[in-house]
Amino acid sequence: MRITRLAAAFGAMTMALAVAACGGDDSGTDSGSGSSGSGIVGKASSDKKLTIGVKADQPGLGLQTGSTYTGFDIEIGKIIAKGLGVDESGITWKTTVSANREPYIQQGQVDIVVATYTINDERKQKVNFGGPYYIAGQDLLVPTASTITGPDQLAGKKVCSVSGSTPAKRIQTDYKDAQLQQFDSYSKCVTALAGGTVDAVTTDDIILAGYASQEQYAGKFKVVGKPFSTEPYGIGVKKEDSAGCNKINDILKAAAADGSYKKAWDDTLGKSGKAAPELDTSKLTNCS
Amino acid sequence: MDVFSDSYNLDVYVTGFLWILKLTASATVCAVVLGVLLAAMRVSPVPVLRGFGTAWVNIFRNTPLTLIIFFCYFGLYSTLGVTLSDDLELNNYWLGVLGLSIYTAAFVCEAIRSGINTVPAGQAEAARAIGMTFRQTLSLIVLPQAGRAVVAPLGSILIALCKNATIVGTIGLMESSNAMKELINSNGNAVFTIFFVFAGTFAVVLIPTGYGFGWLANRLAVKR
Amino acid sequence: MSTDAVLYDHPGPRARIRNRILTVVFGLALVGLLYWIYHRFDEKGQWAGSLWKPFTQSSTWTDYILPGLQGTLQAAAIAMVLSLAFGILFAVGRLSDHWWLRIPAGIVVEFFRAVPLLLMMFFIFFGIPFVTQKPMSPLWAVVFALTLYNGSVLAEAFRAGVHAVPSGQSEAAYAIGMRKGQVMGQILIPQAARAMLPVIVSQLVVLVKDTALGYIISYSELLQLGVNNVAANFGNVIQAAMVAAAIYIAVNATLTAVAGWLSRRTRRSGKAPRAARPATALAATAEP
Repeated sequence: MRITRLAAAFGAMTMALAVAACGGDDSGTDSGSGSSGSGIVGKASSDKKLTIGVKADQPGLGLQTGSTYTGFDIEIGKIIAKGLGVDESGITWKTTVSANREPYIQQGQVDIVVATYTINDERKQKVNFGGPYYIAGQDLLVPTASTITGPDQLAGKKVCSVSGSTPAKRIQTDYKDAQLQQFDSYSKCVTALAGGTVDAVTTDDIILAGYASQEQYAGKFKVVGKPFSTEPYGIGVKKEDSAGCNKINDILKAAAADGSYKKAWDDTLGKSGKAAPELDTSKLTNCS
Repeated sequence: MDVFSDSYNLDVYVTGFLWILKLTASATVCAVVLGVLLAAMRVSPVPVLRGFGTAWVNIFRNTPLTLIIFFCYFGLYSTLGVTLSDDLELNNYWLGVLGLSIYTAAFVCEAIRSGINTVPAGQAEAARAIGMTFRQTLSLIVLPQAGRAVVAPLGSILIALCKNATIVGTIGLMESSNAMKELINSNGNAVFTIFFVFAGTFAVVLIPTGYGFGWLANRLAVKR
Repeated sequence: MSTDAVLYDHPGPRARIRNRILTVVFGLALVGLLYWIYHRFDEKGQWAGSLWKPFTQSSTWTDYILPGLQGTLQAAAIAMVLSLAFGILFAVGRLSDHWWLRIPAGIVVEFFRAVPLLLMMFFIFFGIPFVTQKPMSPLWAVVFALTLYNGSVLAEAFRAGVHAVPSGQSEAAYAIGMRKGQVMGQILIPQAARAMLPVIVSQLVVLVKDTALGYIISYSELLQLGVNNVAANFGNVIQAAMVAAAIYIAVNATLTAVAGWLSRRTRRSGKAPRAARPATALAATAEP
């Protein structure tokens, strides 16, 4: 009895691996290393489940409303899950904050992270990135009447960002004359901006746009519109899971071709009137 | 220990602890003064003062410190316009001191009130019999004796205050907890070293302080 | 001194006038201060109906606040049970006759009392997974950190309580042939627990409040869901924080009231110990 069960389990496993390998073949990339079964491709096809780390407090990108999440990142997450053969019902959304995305991936708390996650060299040491699926840039959110037109005018001004985030670090290193106020969430920064205690909020432009278009703040703020950095948003997976990373890039390519990428944008951030960006598939990471 | 041989990291660590020490020092003074005042209010003959003291204790003792410090920034500073310094960091520091003092004073007040209860009723009765007023009875007879009895609990409260100073990090001050977070973020491989250095520093400072208060409490204890 | 009234004489005519003047002056100052706060909040538009309206909708409560409160209470309840057990265990350990039990127990208790809870939580959440190679759920990170800290404080409270039990109690117990464990478990700890009830309850209130730090490691509790997420949806962080503070106060006041009722009941049934020595009654306090 025991032996048969073991054999059955073994059989199931080989089958799962075979399916995984086929999935790779279909999309025409070399995913031989995916056969280890530990990557997301293997996991998704064997238990039809995927845990995705997302932001919960960023309007337009990743916003938790009750038990459901909405936003552009969420739609991208759904596209990836679908491409991996996981139904929407098999997705577990998990709230992450900027500071815990790498640990979450490394420790396996989540399978992938789609959470306004900028690809950079420091992070590449710890995790692997699929994408980028969007190119953001650091920008400033200021009151409508503000005279600030760019980062060069920040000297002596109070700028707010989230503690430990890339935008906060850039202000600290590149714009030392600015006074940096750090909070643990952007909603606090935006509240401080509304209260007049900070002169600007800085982070990626689409995050700022999401806040500026909130009902409460309609007409009060503007995004300066002069991005002073390039923030390619990637999809984080485990460092060693290059097969999963390749698969994600294939899914993104397919999504750009069949219009589901554009639909994801139009359903979320596109509502603010901004046209869908072109997904430049030539810039996708090489997953090494 | 490689993490701390880097001068930038070392600076982050030292700056973090200096903020904690400064926060603790200022907030200790404010909290003790405020706590004694509140305790005096709570035992005073004027009902409004008693009510105010009771309300203070019940509100602030039951609210998380995170929220109190949040209100110091968004309530006092952002909405009410109470500015304590023009420098952003110093302003946050003083808002933090204020939040810590408001919170800790509630505990100091209760410690002193229970200290007052350890003074035998005969002491106050004798004071009144020789014609002392409420203020004289309290400040010359009762509080000095109660003060001796509350050294130990006061010590615990002040040690807790020092640890709670880490929560001021939520309004952006780069104190120890933020410093530790930053170091862990950039040196994920040395999590243990970083934690034990930070935690160890607190332990090295606070455990002897605790024993110091215990020793002092024993020496000052009123022998009855 | 049992009643505060012993501090002052029954007021005569002059004292009555003086008290009345003080009442009026202080009362007016207080009303003035409250009005000023109200007025400034009004000027900044913080009483605007649109900011408060979300709290009149049931979905705000069922989507955010109640699940958040549930998270808070769940973490608090588990941590309460565990820290009481931890407290008793380590109090007994520190009171042991064997040095090899006493000294390690002492080191553990002293160390965890001295480390800020926030650092502890960070470490358990981000550090422990490196050893176990398993992800640490935010709930358990919060629970373990709370247990280690509050358990250590409770251990000291129990120890002080045992010291406060009149020595005749244990002598009598030994005299009727009870063993060490029986004396501790049946005579000393129950009396210590009753004598220390106020301290224990205050510490449990501290524990409930400290669950609030859980939001920093993204545990879904009252601050995370009820303040950060509500504010991300409706842009009303100050109002959300006020509601959250009111809930915390209500929960903790209830806890204190229940404990007061419990202590009055034990006193009436004559189970409470006779007056412990007054000096030792103060040997332990809650550590906020």
